[in-house]
Amino acid sequence: MARMTMIESIRDAHFVSMEADDAVVVFGEDVGHFGGVFRCTQGLQERFGKHRCFDAPISELGIVGAAIGMAANGLRPCVEIQFADYMYPAYDQIVSEAARIRHRSVGDFTVPMTIRMPTGGGIYGGQTHSQSPEALFTHVSGLKTVVPSTPYDAKGLLLASIEDNDPVIFLEPKRLYNGPFDGHYDRPVVPWSKHESAEVPEGHYTVPLGKAVVRRPGADVTVLAYGTMVYVALAAAEESGIDAEVIDLRTLIPLDTELIIESVKKTGRCIVVHEATRTSGFGAELAAIVQEEAFFHLEAPIRRVTGWDTPYPHAQEWDYFPGPDRVRAVMSDVMEV
Amino acid sequence: MDDSPRLKIPEPRFKPGDDPDFSGIEIPAPGDTRRPDVDAEPREMRDLADGLIRVLGDDNKATGPWQSELTATQLLKGLTDMMRVREFDRRMMAAQRQGKTSFYMQCTGEEAISCAFRTAMADTDMNFPTYRQQGLLIAHGYPLVDMMNQVYSNEEDPIKGRQLPIMYSSREHGFFTISGNLATQFIQAVGWAMAASIKGENHIAAGWIGDGATAESDFHSAMVFASTFQAPVVLNIVNNQWAISSPQSLARGRADTFAVKGIGFGIPALRVDGNDYLACHSVALWALERARRGLGPTLIEWVTYRTAAHSSSDDPSAYRPPNEAANWPLGDPIERLADHLIELGEWSIEQHQDLADQIEEEVRVAQAEAESHGTLHEGPKPTRDIFEGVYEKIPPHLQKQRDLLEGMTWRE
Repeated sequence: MARMTMIESIRDAHFVSMEADDAVVVFGEDVGHFGGVFRCTQGLQERFGKHRCFDAPISELGIVGAAIGMAANGLRPCVEIQFADYMYPAYDQIVSEAARIRHRSVGDFTVPMTIRMPTGGGIYGGQTHSQSPEALFTHVSGLKTVVPSTPYDAKGLLLASIEDNDPVIFLEPKRLYNGPFDGHYDRPVVPWSKHESAEVPEGHYTVPLGKAVVRRPGADVTVLAYGTMVYVALAAAEESGIDAEVIDLRTLIPLDTELIIESVKKTGRCIVVHEATRTSGFGAELAAIVQEEAFFHLEAPIRRVTGWDTPYPHAQEWDYFPGPDRVRAVMSDVMEV
Repeated sequence: MDDSPRLKIPEPRFKPGDDPDFSGIEIPAPGDTRRPDVDAEPREMRDLADGLIRVLGDDNKATGPWQSELTATQLLKGLTDMMRVREFDRRMMAAQRQGKTSFYMQCTGEEAISCAFRTAMADTDMNFPTYRQQGLLIAHGYPLVDMMNQVYSNEEDPIKGRQLPIMYSSREHGFFTISGNLATQFIQAVGWAMAASIKGENHIAAGWIGDGATAESDFHSAMVFASTFQAPVVLNIVNNQWAISSPQSLARGRADTFAVKGIGFGIPALRVDGNDYLACHSVALWALERARRGLGPTLIEWVTYRTAAHSSSDDPSAYRPPNEAANWPLGDPIERLADHLIELGEWSIEQHQDLADQIEEEVRVAQAEAESHGTLHEGPKPTRDIFEGVYEKIPPHLQKQRDLLEGMTWRE
């Protein structure tokens, strides 16, 4: 077993799936010879040829629309949208088409495809390279939405996504590509090579869609997080001395409601954390589910720590980013209720 | 600022109250538009985007380089297909007016295009239709009763009442599930064709779009992908002059034709008399052969006229003169083919009437059978699981919602 960065483990998942199944094809902007702007598809074209890994014109609509037609014709496309922020031209194809084709045709046509896209900020990407649009997908019936937080999960979840017979949105927290970032932007980055969740087995394995995981067991408060925010929540727990239970959701749809509710019933408190803007964010859904199913176990109001309802700013990105200080402050608040 | 640039806001040629006079439209004679070799270079075919391929002349004779080799039996099959489509439309439109379904769309006047195209295709090819290509199904023998069951959303509806009437789906008959969001299917057709090529299968995809929907980005994306990857796809624009109340000039802009839009993409573009069954079949064969020989995509503009309303919800008297269809210079596809068969000595007015009677009876019987399975508001009410098929397997949150719906006491 080798330690890999998240980029390497995503690349490895591509190799494993393309080796196993000729139906898997990969395309997107710059993904061919160049291997993608983040290098997640490096070497695929060399290994599998230009008909299975190729560059697409700069048309997200075209990439997703063509992938739908391919999936309907027996292929299993795994396409890359260069940044989640560039996804919007493809949104009609995702929402009105990929998500609906199985249902509207009663299974006459299906769309087994994965749409990968780097998400989140903290890289000085400004408002067009930093967004977290997951709630735009979780709001749509027929889609599955996945957000890995470790190299191990990234490979296992990506393999599960590619093998899934429904369309999957695979959001890769780009701030985690090279190390587990905890939100302390003024400290040196810890590389994945120093982290045990970077141990990635060779060959094929999957992490099932719909299963969350407890990253830190605790008794005082349940913190629901995914992607980069998992590490922010873990840092806040360590620094505050509050015994938080940090749950990494891993997939948003399907959601592991059982694990969430079990934890909240135990701790009696719940904080929801995400980097996306607050209003109508996925955190609102999580808060609603928790109060519907565990209201009488709650000892404090459910609180959200999120990005603000502003565009992701460039120079002021750390004012936007919900870092460990903000999570810690809310943790203290809910413990005082 | 009187000298400031003024926008041009397109207007239809004629409005209600006008006497529609199409004499200003130049209609080339059969033979005026040449027939290049299938393997000609796109740059050698640019003139065709401004032409109008025709075979049937005003004298009802077939002439010129695009003459097809269809036998009298094949032509009669084409005539029967078109008449069946028109009668099917007539009955379903009446059924909608009787309240038996919510919505209907006719393709009156446009029957030749889809009937001829389907006949030129192979069984393994796939259409990505829009909503006015019922001829693709009927010309391929899809049962009329199944189509009606879909229109009625009844207990035998193949797609279980999930879609608006006429949004058929049949993989078996090479007909991709129709979307109400226009143009999305155009790029999907290109993807389907790319997949066939990647898999090493010589199967062709055909995309369909209306003149109005070419304004959508999906059209542009499809053209880029088809051209860049030289996908084995035929991209069809059905120019029926109207997008609900908007004239075709609203989407065409100052381009002379829709076909010329292919030139900038390096895609051979043909413009065809869409009310001429022989021309339609001949051009379809030409483009399909190009694709099958690995010579890449073709764009076809089918020039026709939407004789009927846009849909059962539309009232064209509000925006166009009632006799515009009658004055349309390309005539009616059924009449033109029948006249040609008569000219050939293969058909007569009596035979035509007999066929019309026979088709009327066939469609009437089909309708009775379909209605025995119910209509939108009457007849058997099967339990329909709206949660099934959203995903391959029902995830926990949907199961929970399904239990909620089933547990509601107000339900029967």
